[in-house]
Amino acid sequence: MTDTATQQPASRLDLDRLVIRFAGDSGDGMQLTGDRFTSASALFGNDLATLPDFPAEIRAPAGTLHGVSAFQVQVASDTVTTPGDAPTVLVAMNPAALRSELGRLEAGGTVIVNSDAFEERNLDKAGYSDDPLADGTLDGYATYLVPMTSLTKEVCKDLGVKPRDAERSKNFFALGVVSWLFDRPVQPTLDWIEMKFGKRPLVAAANTAAFKAGHAFGETAEMFQATYTVRPAELEPGTYTSINGNTALSWGLIAAAQQAKLPLFLASYPITPASDILHELSGRKNFGVRTFQAEDEIAAVCAAVGASFGGHIGVTTTSGPGLALKAETIGLALSIELPLVVIDIQRGGPSTGLPTKTEASDLNLALYGRHGEAPLPVVAAYSPSQCFFAAIEAVRIALKYRTPVILLSDGYLANGSEPWRLPDLDDLPDISVDFTTAFNDTDEDGAPVFRPYKRDPETLARPWAIPGTPDLMHRVGGLEKEEVTGNISYASANHRRMTELRAAKVDGVAADIPPTMLDSDGPAEMAVLSWGSVWGAVTSAVRRVRPAGVAVDHLHLTHLNPLPADLGEVLGRYRSVLVPEMNLGQLASVVRSRYLIDVQSITKVEGVPFTASEIAAAIAGAAGEH
Amino acid sequence: MSTETTAGPTTTKADWTSDQEPRWCPGCGDYSILSAMQLLMPQLGARPENTVFVSGIGCAARFPYYMKTYGMHGIHGRAPALATGLATCRPDLDVWVVGGDGDMLSIGGNHLLHSLRRNVNIKILLFNNQIYGLTKGQYSPTSEIGKVTKSTPLGSVDEPLNPLSVALGAEATFVARTHDMDRTHMQETFRRAWEHSGAAFVEVYQNCNVFNDGAFAEITKKDKRPSMLIALEHGEPIRFGAEGERGVIMSRSGELQLVDVADVGEDNLLVHDERAETPSLAFALSRLASGPFMPTPVGVFRATEGPEYASQVARQLAFAQDRSGPGDLEALLRSRATWDVY
Repeated sequence: MTDTATQQPASRLDLDRLVIRFAGDSGDGMQLTGDRFTSASALFGNDLATLPDFPAEIRAPAGTLHGVSAFQVQVASDTVTTPGDAPTVLVAMNPAALRSELGRLEAGGTVIVNSDAFEERNLDKAGYSDDPLADGTLDGYATYLVPMTSLTKEVCKDLGVKPRDAERSKNFFALGVVSWLFDRPVQPTLDWIEMKFGKRPLVAAANTAAFKAGHAFGETAEMFQATYTVRPAELEPGTYTSINGNTALSWGLIAAAQQAKLPLFLASYPITPASDILHELSGRKNFGVRTFQAEDEIAAVCAAVGASFGGHIGVTTTSGPGLALKAETIGLALSIELPLVVIDIQRGGPSTGLPTKTEASDLNLALYGRHGEAPLPVVAAYSPSQCFFAAIEAVRIALKYRTPVILLSDGYLANGSEPWRLPDLDDLPDISVDFTTAFNDTDEDGAPVFRPYKRDPETLARPWAIPGTPDLMHRVGGLEKEEVTGNISYASANHRRMTELRAAKVDGVAADIPPTMLDSDGPAEMAVLSWGSVWGAVTSAVRRVRPAGVAVDHLHLTHLNPLPADLGEVLGRYRSVLVPEMNLGQLASVVRSRYLIDVQSITKVEGVPFTASEIAAAIAGAAGEH
Repeated sequence: MSTETTAGPTTTKADWTSDQEPRWCPGCGDYSILSAMQLLMPQLGARPENTVFVSGIGCAARFPYYMKTYGMHGIHGRAPALATGLATCRPDLDVWVVGGDGDMLSIGGNHLLHSLRRNVNIKILLFNNQIYGLTKGQYSPTSEIGKVTKSTPLGSVDEPLNPLSVALGAEATFVARTHDMDRTHMQETFRRAWEHSGAAFVEVYQNCNVFNDGAFAEITKKDKRPSMLIALEHGEPIRFGAEGERGVIMSRSGELQLVDVADVGEDNLLVHDERAETPSLAFALSRLASGPFMPTPVGVFRATEGPEYASQVARQLAFAQDRSGPGDLEALLRSRATWDVY
């Protein structure tokens, strides 16, 4: 315990990186606290990555283990691609948070607790028979006991805030303490409180007072021997903002609509962790975005198909359970060959599974989850900010090839945030396509006709003629269509031909996508192949092991169907290939069956992302076998 | 598909008839509905290129293939949802939805309700034949209790849905009923639906001569109609019979009763009000007959004005642009705290 005062003024020490985890009750405002700490760090110039980790219940019974909500952020003076492995600092607002999160903390880490919350009732709820602050549980950690609740109430007393309301500001007290301890700028937080709570002066005053009191406590309590600073990272020059995956994805859809010169129609049914895309785009009506909260997942995807038929960009967002429900309609869009973008923010499954926890186990569903031979392009985002570009890419392929496209993100990307160097919008691709407005063929008598299934010879896409276009009236439907004419046909040879054409169209996208992403540091006999958000942990892991002499390449897939044309050749260069996935080896199976390469599958289905050290350990293990 | 040159300023039936041969069973009631529609369109002055028929799955759902308009034969039950997306984005189009009782009330019941309560500008035609036709004769959600079919050899024990009651329960702003034996009545009803702004729901009694032949014969045969069909006329006393000798009154308890006009006096007959603010009267009328073997009201039950969905959506877009200016992506990307790295 280090709560004995020292007389020396606190010294300031430099850290390369800091991983801090805020944990408290669901109602304690830990997500907000973490978010504020993150924003201040971003504005300070650190690189960072975050991991919100909260339960599915909105307000689980207070003080219980399953009500613990946590937020982890890694801030660093160099490049960061994960929210960090073991936290170096844990802020625990109550016994349940301490009990649930202490095991994650690195050996010798720092624990800052709200000591006021450690009374018998809360200890009971957390399952502590003895007080962990006194029984040696915290031996080996640098522990700071701060009576946050009572100090917050005290400082709010003169403001006219009721004690009960004042208590709710204790998260800002905690934020104040860590802001002092880690030398974060205070002004952004004060500005934010004013912006957010300005219309509720008492709340704003209480939060401001609590934050300042926490900061002052750090400085004057003489509890801490030192403060720490994490210097700004050397990031590429440019203008930055802090962004999470769902926001980046929403903005990417707006950008895609502008680059396509078509209106955006988003039809969705609320589902965690995808709903924030619906929220974000519903607030962007001035961009001409139509949003539609449908009666169910099926209606949502159907409405999007209807919009596409009418010449808009039909998009639907969901998570795994919703993707399962949408399967039949996606098959319809595939059969009538209209653009459609289906966005799956993956979470732990099956069934309701782990709604608020991340997983990447819908790859099989995306690739194969339809009846009949029904291939479609699948794109996967790999970092929060990259969701912006992934959205544009999904829309581009859907429009150009008149096909449904599934875009995979996950709960970690959706809610995790990172600094994003804003792109030059002039660099975004033109993804506009032409509607067909005139006859495209002649009949046997030489008269001009419209053939709705006469394909573009290069892309194999069919013409997109929208209602309102004179002369080109036609019918589309889920029954098999005759090649070229689109008339209903049950003919055997035609069905084979159409099945092959639909597959060839999707396969052809391979010529229109970038080669396999390769990060290499010299000759290597081993590679790690990633897709989706595992990119971050693998990127960190290879950087970590290379200085130790391990030669390893990092291959990454942004497109899961079709796969990059060079992938088979690239994989063939290595003696061993590791495939880490947040599932039980779905991509590994694809690679094995497609290329007859026996990759080594590394799996994690624990509701949290891989850490860099887990990947590094796997690499080291595999390197040892060479 | 052969040449489909857009019709001139005025259209004829041929301009609305596709080159696809209907594949319904000979004698199916769907033929007369199709014909009524193709003949009506020129009268309405509608344009084929601005007209879309959307359907789900079932015999009725083949309808779009035979109309020389834009069309989509979708998936089972989902036509109202497909049409909702289209009509929301394209308020310039006439969007019709066609489906059967299984399509609209069983697998697609949810979407029917929600498209009606949202008042999306789509015209929904429910061809009710009280049977599953395309799957060869199972009972449907409108089949009567005791219906013996392949899947109910001892008779159905399911209480049927009354399509009009369902639509009125969702507070649809336009609700009507017609039948496949009377082209003029169908056309007049379809015309009213077409003229309505918002969701229009029309139940069409339709004979399936293969699996449920004569289901409505007791009320729709020509000689039965005067005594068994109650033609609803807005603002008129509700009466029927060859001489108008029968009528409908509302009892003190609010129940509707069939009466001889001579017994109650003409002034005591219930006067139809399709524009009544609440759907209560229309609902009571929808419950007047417990099946197509009792005197049954036909015509427009309810036609009220309400905010149409797509125009409400468009209004919000316009409002947002007025308030915030047209969307500026560059500004959006900088709408949160930003910092510069040099």
